[in-house]
Amino acid sequence: AGSSPPPARCGPFLGPAMDLFGDLRRMNKRQLYYQVLNFAMIVSSALMIWKGLIVITGSESPIVVVLSGSMEPAFHRGDLLFLTNFHDDPIRAGEIVVFKVEGRDIPIVHRVIKIHEKENGNIKFLTKGDNNEVDDRGLYKEGQNWLEKKDVVGRARGFLPYVGMVTIIMNDYPKFKYALLAVMGAYVLLKRES
Amino acid sequence: LRKNVEDFTGPRERSDLGFVTFDITADILNGKNGLPTSIFDWNVKQLFLYLSAEYSTKNNALNQVVLWDKIMLRGDNPRLFLKDMKSKYFFFDDGNGLKGNRNVTLTLSWNVVPNAGILPLVTGSGHVSVPFPDTYETTKSY
Repeated sequence: AGSSPPPARCGPFLGPAMDLFGDLRRMNKRQLYYQVLNFAMIVSSALMIWKGLIVITGSESPIVVVLSGSMEPAFHRGDLLFLTNFHDDPIRAGEIVVFKVEGRDIPIVHRVIKIHEKENGNIKFLTKGDNNEVDDRGLYKEGQNWLEKKDVVGRARGFLPYVGMVTIIMNDYPKFKYALLAVMGAYVLLKRES
Repeated sequence: LRKNVEDFTGPRERSDLGFVTFDITADILNGKNGLPTSIFDWNVKQLFLYLSAEYSTKNNALNQVVLWDKIMLRGDNPRLFLKDMKSKYFFFDDGNGLKGNRNVTLTLSWNVVPNAGILPLVTGSGHVSVPFPDTYETTKSY
């Protein structure tokens, strides 16, 4: 194989860019497959970690992003919440729960303000956002006055501020999401392990 | 932590509605390492305080109702000295379990909201038992 011409002396960016394209041409099929497999492994590991978290926490969605300001000043839009949903954990007044209203996809993060629990463990409870004037009855399904255990996605156990903003930006600006994915893909595929 | 209460129930449709007025004297401290220290350390953004009533009825083995809450930001005075407070939220029972209920316990608890990290729920020491009278009150206004 021949050697490619040395990069022209035209500035700090053009040099490495020429190197990159030189690399691309030099890569043969075997190296490309290797890089693709590397990429697939990274994706699989990430998925496994996520599924592992679902098992450990007992919650179908162990990490959620706060979408509204109804729990301010504790949580703001873009904050990240870590949930657990252990079956034996009782729901008690004052706890912050993430729940889904039947028929709706969007999880809501609010505080439990009333519980009525029967001897057999059957519990019905009412929630309210700290920053809201009224309780959540208006958010529940038509005719529904209480939430039940089955509506709960998890209880908030820990939180990180701001980190979830990335998800919100990616949702509101899909072009940003595709650009980010393209950059990540390009990086992984073209990275050379020295 | 001391609370003094006056209470009565009013008939409302099918469920008892309780009316409670209370005083709260409290000093919120962090007793984690044995010695009481200020609750507002470097990682505490705010406290969400709430007064909850807990009781048992014929209908339900356990009932908890938040009567009042307050957000205490870092920098606020951790001492509370409130008098003649009325409950912020309606104290409805799921049924008629408040009338004549001698064992309604009021407890002050708080949710520590850190700048980042775990969200613990702490129950204050000291609680007050509030007996509800055997009859409905139709003359008092709230």
